[in-house]
Amino acid sequence: MAEVRCTVNGGAVTLDVPPMARLLDVLREELRLTGTKEGCGEGECGACSVLIDGQLTNSCLVPVLQVDGAKITTIEGIAAPAVQRAFIECGGAQCGICTPGMVIATVSLLGRHPHPTLDQVREGLAGNLCRCTGYMRIIEAVVEAGKHS
Amino acid sequence: MAYIYNTPQALPVRAGFCLTGRSTSGYDGYIDTSIIGRPVLRKEGPGKVTGQAVYVDDVHFPDMLYGATVRNPAGRGNIRAITFEDGVPWEEFTIVTARDIPGENCVALLLHDQPLLADGKVNHPEEPVLLLAHPDRYLVEEGRRRVRIDVDPLPGVFTMEDSLACKEIIWGEDNVFKSYRVEKGDIDRGFAEADLIIEGEYETGAQEQLYIENNGMIAVANPEDGVTVWGSMQCPYYIHKALLPIFGLPPEKIRVVQMETGGGFGGKEEYPSMIAGHAALLAWKSGKRVKLIYDRAEDMVATTKRHPSRTRHRTGVTRDGKLVAMEIDFDIDGGAYCTLSPVVLSRGTIHAAGPYVCPNVRIRSRAVATTAPPHGAFRGFGAPQSIFALERQMNKVAAAVGLTPEEFRRRNFLHEGETTATGQVIREKVDLAGLLDRALALAGGPKKRGIGFATFMHGAGFTGSGEVTLSSVVGVEATREGKIRILAASTEIGQGTNTIFSQIAADALKVGYDLIEVAQPDTSTVPNSGPTVASRTCMVVGKLVEAACVSLKQTLLESGLLREPYTPEEFSRAVAEHLERFGALRASSQYQAPPNVVWNDETYQGDAYGAYAWAVYVATVTVDPVTYEVRLEDFVALQEVGKVIHPVLAMGQIEGGVAQAIGYTLYENVVWKDGRMANAQMTNYIMPTSADLPPIRVFFEENPYAYGPAGAKGIGELPMDGVAPAILNAVENATGVAFDRIPLMPERVMEALLG
Repeated sequence: MAEVRCTVNGGAVTLDVPPMARLLDVLREELRLTGTKEGCGEGECGACSVLIDGQLTNSCLVPVLQVDGAKITTIEGIAAPAVQRAFIECGGAQCGICTPGMVIATVSLLGRHPHPTLDQVREGLAGNLCRCTGYMRIIEAVVEAGKHS
Repeated sequence: MAYIYNTPQALPVRAGFCLTGRSTSGYDGYIDTSIIGRPVLRKEGPGKVTGQAVYVDDVHFPDMLYGATVRNPAGRGNIRAITFEDGVPWEEFTIVTARDIPGENCVALLLHDQPLLADGKVNHPEEPVLLLAHPDRYLVEEGRRRVRIDVDPLPGVFTMEDSLACKEIIWGEDNVFKSYRVEKGDIDRGFAEADLIIEGEYETGAQEQLYIENNGMIAVANPEDGVTVWGSMQCPYYIHKALLPIFGLPPEKIRVVQMETGGGFGGKEEYPSMIAGHAALLAWKSGKRVKLIYDRAEDMVATTKRHPSRTRHRTGVTRDGKLVAMEIDFDIDGGAYCTLSPVVLSRGTIHAAGPYVCPNVRIRSRAVATTAPPHGAFRGFGAPQSIFALERQMNKVAAAVGLTPEEFRRRNFLHEGETTATGQVIREKVDLAGLLDRALALAGGPKKRGIGFATFMHGAGFTGSGEVTLSSVVGVEATREGKIRILAASTEIGQGTNTIFSQIAADALKVGYDLIEVAQPDTSTVPNSGPTVASRTCMVVGKLVEAACVSLKQTLLESGLLREPYTPEEFSRAVAEHLERFGALRASSQYQAPPNVVWNDETYQGDAYGAYAWAVYVATVTVDPVTYEVRLEDFVALQEVGKVIHPVLAMGQIEGGVAQAIGYTLYENVVWKDGRMANAQMTNYIMPTSADLPPIRVFFEENPYAYGPAGAKGIGELPMDGVAPAILNAVENATGVAFDRIPLMPERVMEALLG
């Protein structure tokens, strides 16, 4: 076991966990932050996206010891009402399992490109898979959210 | 008059969103009926965008055990030994084998041929053999790896050809789960009248479901309280039915609850019955709650995929391009057990001759056993396979008679009053030629290079007498909070069940959308409204919601507590008064077939479906001369689906289905090795990303269906049907090469273009 200190959604956290435990599991099981989802466990689908020191990251690929001292933001702490509202209004959420990761990826994208072009949206979300929407409604939601960012 | 919603090519502009069903016109002071057709906000949207929605893997109990499934590491054979290797504290584990099953060892569905746990014999790779549970999820995974199963091999059958040749009998007497024969007119006379006879053979591969939420269940089970399972599913009552023989308990002792479900597409139609049974057996033996969650690799390698298919066409046509004979042989690969293959085959068979008039048709079809995990339900349910073949063949026939693909189809389209291959008289107004002209114009005209299209239909609801057999029931009730709650087993799996049911109920009761709530599907509290499959939830179950609401309103009117016209406030007061006086306010409705719908299961003749959606899809492609990738430049999806209840959800259904079908056509290649998926990872089984897809431009025409709620027909499966042939027709148009097999990978394009 290892002691890991980090900040999660603005609160200081001290964890006593196996050092190679996946950050995804620590968030879901130790901290009960279950909004972060597992889709593939190999960094392909993006359902487990979180921000680590502001960087969009697949939490299934991160051993927890790597976040010692880091600031982590999950869907529970993202506070992006314009993005979340746009996802609901535009039909960007269907089954909802990819949605937390999509919202996180959108916040990251809008941080880099506040008014993204269509190509920037398509590229910016390409690490997050959605099987329901065909992405059209999600892309619309991101463009819509960009208008308010 | 047709109302049209569309997504402009660049990107859709934001529609005018309306948050309530409040009137914008009509009766002053009263809610009008315009909530139908409005993009109200999805009921469970806030929970989904904030991460608060609860899926099965999000549920945690302190004393819970984690389950794991030990699977057949080999192929077909006899289990010689099961060895628990040293170094694992096995005494801490709950271990379940076939001998621990209190009742029947089967997954009850159409037949009882599939065991819940293999007992002595294994019939396909990855067949479940043994179950483990332990409080430590890491240790249970370690345990799964340390159970050794030795199998004495028996010969496997890995192709439909070998299976049909009976090289080895692996199921029944002839390896055939089911066969159908559809006869219309006189096929021999048809071929005698033909000026030209054109043959073709077409193949489609398996397709992985790839819902982003893997399968999972939590169970609690003991002889006193019975069995309760919570999980990810489409059909709570299928699981209820499957658990009955496993435990030999009375129906009231089995309870199935759907959690938020992260995508289904058919993949959570039948397989969850297996997982529920496994979780419940572990709970039964351990006396503890057991969580059984698949990881991606297990979900991909073990659960159901779309049936691979092979279709042979022989088409007789006159010199002026009229179809006079269609002989179609349609075979699908069902894997090692029957599961739903006969029903998948049925839909594929009925759709095999498409929206064309031909006086002489013979369709023969078979679902065939192979040594692979069973294939199962997947959006479209057999129709995408047979429609792919048909729409490629129609282009081939058009070329043979010297007509353009569009002109050939115009000469053969079905119209009102004409009959399908099963002899069903089309009783609705159908204008496929109009749809075709419009779709081609939207796509930039038929003369554009690299353009291809498909014209097709999809029947909504269960096939033939299926809806009568189901006899689905929906209830509505008033709650103490003054709301109206819909009681149905139909699941919200992303497609919008909660939202459209609420719209339909609000419209029928003439109250606000916010007054309606939808009960969580729980077999202990909701009636059996049937499975959430077959494009039936809106059209069939939605109609029952409408009827139950009308009945509830009638109760209020007859009690004298409510008088029409009424305001929402007057409605709420009447409901409260009724509850106070009588204690409850409930109503229900049960399915009755629309008049004139007659189906004969013996001859496979009659009204196969109550209604069809009609569509023309147009693909525009370029083929990269260096990488040989097919690049989709544009995709137009035009369909007539009756009344559109919710334009944003409907667009989402079409766009999502088209995207899945683009994957099916160009990217998604299940690689088989001796009946086992060799690329069971998202790393090497590739589905489309946001960067891969073209603009998917969706257009609706509305022709209200008399027996659908507010005129709606089903749409969920339709978009899966026409995409693959449209793309391959476009590739032929672009390259001159006729490809007849999907997925169309760049390697095959390269081989063909290099000669």
